[in-house]
Amino acid sequence: MNENLLIQLSAINLFLPLIGFIILIFFGKRISRSHLVEISTIFLGLLASIVVVHQKLSYYEIKDLVYEFQWIDFGKVPFLGKLGINLGIQVDNVSAIMMLTVYIVSFVVHLFSIKYMEGDPRYSRYFAYLGLFTFSMLGIVLTHNFLMMYIFWELVGLSSYLLIGFWFEKQSAADAAKKAFIVNRIGDIGFFLGILILFAHYHTFTFSEIFSQISQGNLPFNSGSVLTLVGILIFCGAIGKSAQFPLHVWLPDAMEGPTPVSALIHAATMVAAGVYLVARIFVMLTSDALLFIASIGAITAFISATIAITQTDIKRILAYSTVSQLGYMIMSLGVGAYFFAFLHLITHAFFKAGLFLGSGSVIHAMHHEQDIRFMGGLRKKLPITYYTFIIFTLAISGIPLTSGFLSKDGILGGTLAFAQLTGYWFFPVIGFFVAMLTAFYMFRLVILTFHGEPRDYQKFEHAHESPTTMLIPLISLALLSIFIFFSPNPLNIETGWFYKWIQTPHTIVPKEMAFPFMIQSEISSAHKIIHSKVYTEIVHHAHSTAMIISLIMAGLGILLALIIYQWRIISADKLALKLSLLYKFSLNKWYFDELYSKTFVAFTIGLSKVLAWFDLKIIDGIVNGVAGVTRWFSASSGLFDNKVIDGAVNLTASFTGFFGLIFRKLQTGKVQTYLVMVLTGIIILFFIIKSI
Amino acid sequence: MSVGLYHFITLSAILFSMGIFAVLTRKNAIQVLMGIELILNSANINFVAFARYGNFGYNGQIVALFVIILAAAEAAIALAIVLNIYKHFNTVNVDEIDRLKE
Repeated sequence: MNENLLIQLSAINLFLPLIGFIILIFFGKRISRSHLVEISTIFLGLLASIVVVHQKLSYYEIKDLVYEFQWIDFGKVPFLGKLGINLGIQVDNVSAIMMLTVYIVSFVVHLFSIKYMEGDPRYSRYFAYLGLFTFSMLGIVLTHNFLMMYIFWELVGLSSYLLIGFWFEKQSAADAAKKAFIVNRIGDIGFFLGILILFAHYHTFTFSEIFSQISQGNLPFNSGSVLTLVGILIFCGAIGKSAQFPLHVWLPDAMEGPTPVSALIHAATMVAAGVYLVARIFVMLTSDALLFIASIGAITAFISATIAITQTDIKRILAYSTVSQLGYMIMSLGVGAYFFAFLHLITHAFFKAGLFLGSGSVIHAMHHEQDIRFMGGLRKKLPITYYTFIIFTLAISGIPLTSGFLSKDGILGGTLAFAQLTGYWFFPVIGFFVAMLTAFYMFRLVILTFHGEPRDYQKFEHAHESPTTMLIPLISLALLSIFIFFSPNPLNIETGWFYKWIQTPHTIVPKEMAFPFMIQSEISSAHKIIHSKVYTEIVHHAHSTAMIISLIMAGLGILLALIIYQWRIISADKLALKLSLLYKFSLNKWYFDELYSKTFVAFTIGLSKVLAWFDLKIIDGIVNGVAGVTRWFSASSGLFDNKVIDGAVNLTASFTGFFGLIFRKLQTGKVQTYLVMVLTGIIILFFIIKSI
Repeated sequence: MSVGLYHFITLSAILFSMGIFAVLTRKNAIQVLMGIELILNSANINFVAFARYGNFGYNGQIVALFVIILAAAEAAIALAIVLNIYKHFNTVNVDEIDRLKE
């Protein structure tokens, strides 16, 4: 397959879900089995993206395939010269694999939704929104410039708003949708500013052009600190979308949407966008920006993991685990472990989608009960859900033989190597601690949900295994969570195809602004492989150390969960009493919502009230004053009209009428009268002529 | 005192006035026609008188002859019209005949 065909196929892939969306949004109500429309487009896209990935990786291993066209030509702009905006798509290894992942997750979510959403009054619209969501995410993945990235970024925000608030009759769902949208906007302001700074200096939105300018030493506004600033500003967008501290508050609330939507948001379509964005701009991040990013990631991972421990809503636990794992990815990008961040993005997409669909299956079986305190013993009732759920849990906990182990280990190894090279030991310590917490809360979830005795017999009795269309997605995602899809060696990713094709790009910022180990070494300049030999060795060494420590930590976490919840050697309630302060702190999510509502929200509302007062009194006063003057003027003008103008008109009319009345009498119809008049006329004429 | 032009003209004026009076005041259409005959004849007297006392040759007499012929024709046609009007309106009172169409 030649390059053009490949690009065209990718472009078709981009627009396939949009076609489904358009058909369903306009004709959805008239199509009886409306889900088939959207599912068939997604399935076609899935097949096509498999082809694209295969062809791309087999024949264009290193080459980036780009198609671009000029969208707007401003011509010659004063002071700037020629100016235009190019749009286009870029298919490189990263975007091709990401596209496939989006399609896989989207497809299983569609499949799962058929039965889960059955009987919903807005069934077809639900699938339409799913299509829009998929389309927007694919746009982010395939774009080759910041402008399109931003447009699709906002489209993702919009479609998440529509889906989180899908059951908008519920006040909480409507609120959650608004929260997600507004919190995302805050991050997007930074993203937009970053893009504008870049455009103001380079007059282009295209990634490759900006990057090549930077690598030639042309920094934005000739200042390294502006480059750092741009990196952090663009990262702000990722903070919002990928729910990083301090904007992570929207993601747990987003659980108000239907569960398959949560799977889509958490796995491949929305929160992944932030990580993907950072990966895209990775090469232009300075060491300061990277440190900032890594710190945000580490803080996020820690905070959300501690919150997840005490939550009781099955979806909220998973939501906080997502935030925590995203923190991992961001931290990993910050410490330069680009490859492992991307790997974790992909593996996490599969097992987190699986976890959410599994929880959807549980919720479906329990008739929309989400509180794990009322579950228990479901292992017997939902065997397939249980076994797949176990696989996902092992994967997220980083147990060998799963995909999660490969990526998580790599991230931990990356932080360890980073600490050895730069001395920031904060990152690996947080990383390992969060690994333990992850294992703990995930096993707590599994044990409370599936093991032990049922705590709500009535619901337990009615529980039943989900239908086949809901189980197939679970089984396929469980398969994808096994190591073999990423590497033949379960302990070492470096032998796998993934490692071969996703290569960490070298940094392009000036040498004095980058971490030394990220700068391209002279030896391997032909390829993108960058790391100096020393760094490779340190990473390799750190990797083995990290593997051992992380296994111990994960084992510790699992053991703790088993002791407390399975064997009940230590009572959870007593523990909560003893550590009541910490327990409450965690249960209330570090009081972030309260803090925000007391500060930012209260401030905004206060400001709005002041502005409303201003509006009501001052602006409305002016408007009302103007209105009063106008009314007075109109009234007087109306008076003039009524009396003077109409009076004149009426006077003319009555004058004419009066004379009409008089002269009417002359027209008698009698010949003799007329003759008298003729005679009179003649006599008058006679006298007139005579007088002349 | 010999009879001169002024006598004729005076006679003609008296005749004309009586004709006009008849035309304007009579209600009966026949009487109105008779008034018209008087007017025509007063004109005839004028013509003949001016022909006799002026230097116009016989032109006046000839015009008077024409007027007599015209008056005869007029009388015939007018009487026919009056007959038709009588058939139509069942009256010859000109006061009541004030409609141009039915």
